[in-house]
Amino acid sequence: MTAADRSSEIFADKLLVLDRIGAEQMLVEARAQDAPLKAVERLVVPALEEIGRRWEQGSAALAQVYMSSRICEELVDQLLPPSSPERILRPKIGIALLDDYHALGKTIVCAALRASGYELCDYGRLTAPELAKRICRDEVKIVLISTLMLRSALQIKQVKILLVAAGSATKIIVGGAPFRFDPELWKEVGADASGNNAAEAVRAVARCVEELAQ
Amino acid sequence: MSNAEMTSMERVLTTLSHREPDRVPFFLLLTMHGAKELGLSIREYFSQAKYVIEGQCRLRAKYHHDCFYPLLYGAAEAEAFGGEIVWYEDGPPNSGAPVLKKPEDILALQVPVVDKTPCLRRMLDVISGLKERAGDTVPIIGVVISPFSLPVMQMGFAAYIELLYEQPELFARLMAVNQAFCVAWANAQFRAGATTVCYFDPLASPDMISPEIYRRTGLETARHCLSCFNGPACIHLGSGRCLAMVEELAKVGAVAAGVSALDDLAAVKAACKGKITVAGNLNGIEMRRWTPTQAEAKVKEAIAAAAAGGGFILTDNHGEIPWQISDETLLAISEAVQQWGRYS
Ligand code: B12
Repeated sequence: MTAADRSSEIFADKLLVLDRIGAEQMLVEARAQDAPLKAVERLVVPALEEIGRRWEQGSAALAQVYMSSRICEELVDQLLPPSSPERILRPKIGIALLDDYHALGKTIVCAALRASGYELCDYGRLTAPELAKRICRDEVKIVLISTLMLRSALQIKQVKILLVAAGSATKIIVGGAPFRFDPELWKEVGADASGNNAAEAVRAVARCVEELAQ
Repeated sequence: MSNAEMTSMERVLTTLSHREPDRVPFFLLLTMHGAKELGLSIREYFSQAKYVIEGQCRLRAKYHHDCFYPLLYGAAEAEAFGGEIVWYEDGPPNSGAPVLKKPEDILALQVPVVDKTPCLRRMLDVISGLKERAGDTVPIIGVVISPFSLPVMQMGFAAYIELLYEQPELFARLMAVNQAFCVAWANAQFRAGATTVCYFDPLASPDMISPEIYRRTGLETARHCLSCFNGPACIHLGSGRCLAMVEELAKVGAVAAGVSALDDLAAVKAACKGKITVAGNLNGIEMRRWTPTQAEAKVKEAIAAAAAGGGFILTDNHGEIPWQISDETLLAISEAVQQWGRYS
């Protein structure tokens, strides 16, 4: 294990016990050695991955995942204020809750992406036609869609159809409980990728950013 | 007696006493599908007890499963506290904006009176109507949402997690109100004729709340509520994984526990053997894509993992089969249990 691995694990441990002060101290130290985005990539991103892994394995609970993603988002906001040019502002990324009243998944994913240095546009809760319209209007290149109910997950098909009809090639990343219970569902709804937790959302975005750069 | 055809009630009681009945009992926990049978919209169907009673009877006549399921929808409990309901054509109704806008609103929260709350009375009418038709031959499964999980609908999930960590006094007051409601609501269901009440507590799952916190909060709540119920309770984690918590849940007095598709069914059965009946764990979401052959294979797999020795009920992993599941798949599940679930 490298020193960086070890420190991001310690950082994850601090987050999971809600030790905000301890986590802040570690991030300040990392910042002293690196540029803000680099420090975030070295410490915060792998810590969120570790937390996602522990959630899958059953050794961290969703309540801890939520609280730690909030702490990270706040700490990183101090290093990289919203819209700071040092954040990853391009390509344009959007996130939405599709016709569903359950916002926690979106909140966690949004916090994890912002804590990883991305800036994104949060569309809140909307229907498939509303979402497709916003994506086209704002020229969003990557959209993350969160759903908790199966019926909402199935509506992503409609978003895809509307985007294709409008000639949009926006990449769609999906997630939420229905996709964890049916690992084939993301393909069926026409998504480009899915993720089982917030860290996987960050990874999927990074992959899409790379693909779009090619 | 194991070769003679048992009634559903005999079959279920035998498995609950950790003995093998004539065949594996199975619960198709169907709520919305009754609307399809009656040609009604989901909203119309749930608007009158007589529709749901008729729907439940038709579903059981079609699939021959071993229970009646009078649940209308989980959000009815949020509705009882004054919350709004959002209806859909193709899925279960959900709770809309939370009633508790800020934590301090908990101070003014009142316990709803069961008999004066239309959405609760309707479910009681369903239970008594089913009891009239079934007598003691078919178990009727009542439902309550646990006082510990209900706040997700009362105040929103994020706000509730923050309350749990940061405001112990308001949390305690919320639990006191919800416990009083839960006990009254469960006992009203027993009075109406429910055989058991299923205590839905997905936040008991270590996937949701860490066990250290759950042990001193939700587990104590469960212990209190179940000790005040005038009948036997099952505990269901709503497809949250249960393996790490299930033995402790058995000790609070539940007779059966729901198992997630994400759990290892055989491992849960091994942990529960002789202590608590396991109910599970067909994956309702994935079920949408099952062919009849796959459905049969999944039923066989679950039976192989957990049926030996009794103490097992085959059912879905969430406590409700999604609207999107076809009759063909449900029939295939039913036929597979009849064919592969015989004990002798
Ligand atoms: C706790 C719970 C409850 C609680 C609280 C629910 C709530 N939030 O309001 C109670 C008991 C009240 C409940 C009730 C119901 N529930 Co419920 N419940 C659950 C449970 C166990 C967890 C849900 C949850 O909130 N998780 C927290 C969120 C944040 O988790 P998540 O969506 O998985 O998000 C994570 C990842 O998926 C990912 N992620 C999320 N979004 C995104 C987006 C992208 C782009 C990416 C990459 C990743 C990603 O990151 C997140 C953090 O790691 C799930 C089953 C399960 N094991 O997940 C069922 C589940 C959500 N319930 C379900 C249902 C149907 C209901 C009811 C409608 C039942 C009914 N007929 O009444 C009611 C509705 C309640 C309401 N609000 O009106 C179904 C929904 C699917 C379906 N069948 O349609 C589920 C999935 C169960 C199942 N296996 O079928 N439920």
